[in-house]
Amino acid sequence: MRPFDYRRAETLDSVAEGGRIIAGGTNLLDLMKLQVEIPDTLVDINRIAGLDRIEPQGEGLRIGALVTNTEVAADPRIRAGYPVLARAILAGASGQIRNKATTGGNLLQRTRCPYFYDPAMACNKREPGAGCSAQGGVGRMLAVFGTSDACLAAHPSDMAVGLRVLEARVEVRGTDGATRQLALEDFYCLPGDRPDIESVVQPGEIITAVILPAPVAGSVQSYRKVRDRASYAFALVSVAAVATMRDGRIDHLSLAYGSVAPRPWGDDAVTDALVGQAPDAGLFRRAADRLTAGHTPHPDAAYKLPLLRRSLQSVLHEVTGLSEAAIGTDKAEAFA
Amino acid sequence: MRTTLTVNGERHDLSHDERLSLLDAIRDQIGLTGTKKGCDHGQCGACTVHVNGRRVNSCLTLAAMHDGDEITTIEGLGTPDAPGAMQASFQACDGFQCGFCTAGQIMSASAVLEEIGRGEPSHVSSSLSSIDGMTDGELAERMSGNLCRCSAYPMIRAAIARAAEAAE
Ligand SMILES: Cc1cc2nc3c(=O)[nH]c(=O)nc-3n(C[C@H](O)[C@H](O)[C@H](O)COP(=O)(O)OP(=O)(O)OC[C@H]3O[C@@H](n4cnc5c(N)ncnc54)[C@H](O)[C@@H]3O)c2cc1C
Ligand code: FES
Ligand code: FES
Repeated sequence: MRPFDYRRAETLDSVAEGGRIIAGGTNLLDLMKLQVEIPDTLVDINRIAGLDRIEPQGEGLRIGALVTNTEVAADPRIRAGYPVLARAILAGASGQIRNKATTGGNLLQRTRCPYFYDPAMACNKREPGAGCSAQGGVGRMLAVFGTSDACLAAHPSDMAVGLRVLEARVEVRGTDGATRQLALEDFYCLPGDRPDIESVVQPGEIITAVILPAPVAGSVQSYRKVRDRASYAFALVSVAAVATMRDGRIDHLSLAYGSVAPRPWGDDAVTDALVGQAPDAGLFRRAADRLTAGHTPHPDAAYKLPLLRRSLQSVLHEVTGLSEAAIGTDKAEAFA
Repeated sequence: MRTTLTVNGERHDLSHDERLSLLDAIRDQIGLTGTKKGCDHGQCGACTVHVNGRRVNSCLTLAAMHDGDEITTIEGLGTPDAPGAMQASFQACDGFQCGFCTAGQIMSASAVLEEIGRGEPSHVSSSLSSIDGMTDGELAERMSGNLCRCSAYPMIRAAIARAAEAAE
């Protein structure tokens, strides 16, 4: 690991003085050991007061940036009102890592593309302009949507997919002390020709919280993660869904997809076409076909398209009651 | 830089390079070598210790981040003459072969019993509100962050189940 200065921030204002934020450290230190990340200064934000709580905000919840993944998944209000978020978090990493991983750090964890992880290979994300070794390389973990010629990497977070499907907002505090809130699709940047820029968070800025809207009353929620082994592996694809039914028809629907794009993915046209319809296997097949139509990913990742189509159809069956709910599909309840 | 850690109830004032991991602090500076370094990247669980009562991978955190924290290592659970309950259960069930992963397995296992006791669900829990208990599937899922190259997994799960029964 390269030498660095270590500074403990006691206040939000002192973060603005610059330096690379370290929270749980489970992603940043891993990458620093490999010299993929070489920060001059680390700013430890763990002692900043007030970021470690889940509090009511409006009819929803405010999750402080330092609340751990374990604490979010175990919180009775999250389990009752936002089960898809608890399920997404519990599907990721290990008990030890979730105890350390924070809400802010999980959002900004970096890709697992093997070329990003190997400083001997060209990678535009690590070194803008160096080229992309994944183009023409091997890559069964690569993204299939939202890529560019400069970068094919996927965002690996499970938690972020749960947040996107719940229409959460990320609160970012600027260097002037003003905060702004962003939906997940606006928080993350697509790679374009600058894949090193992954989010709107600028140096000296800090994620202070994630804000959940009111729970979707009476909804059925599901997180389906498909991976190489049953536990402790990153997703190949994942599907998150929140649905309510009325008079036998889909009344409200939200869908998000993980490990298929540089950010948690969504496709409004696919979702909107399902609202108001009666659940039906043919309808779901057409929605799945529409989701992946026109995409020609890296050949090694092409298997993700049929895998995603089947996963989406299966999840839609469960959240609309067309088939029995398996583990990972839960009914949301109001919380006190 | 300087950091104070309380390890197994004993206070240690360390003078160290910023880069020192909690794992290297425990092994090289404090001299407690029961905690093992397997991968040094958060992938194997051999370095598992408890920080303020929660299990974490000590390789993926800096000693500097733990100034004032309470750390428990395998040495804090018992001694060869007076093993702790989980240590004794691993012995009774042959919950190891070469033993390299064992300290991490035991630290993780003792935390798992507390997590289940607090009603925290896992990925395989059929309901988020009530835990299925000490099923083999629950134990396998909750222990998935601890790899065992010798593949002693069935005996490891048996040891945890035995310790849980004994605790009831
Ligand atoms: C073996 C292993 C397996 C894993 N498996 C999974 C998995 O299956 N699914 C999954 O989703 N994840 C998985 N992870 C990744 C894990 O979820 C992340 O490492 C973790 O969430 C990062 O959180 P952290 O607090 O430790 O972040 P850190 O490592 O502290 O920080 C990560 C990044 O976020 C920045 N940052 C942190 N907090 C803030 C803030 N408040 N404001 C602005 N910037 C901030 C840091 O500067 C850094 O760039 C795995 C990790 C490991 C090591
Ligand atoms: S040595 Fe820490 S997880 Fe492997
Ligand atoms: S007993 Fe040998 S690695 Fe587990």
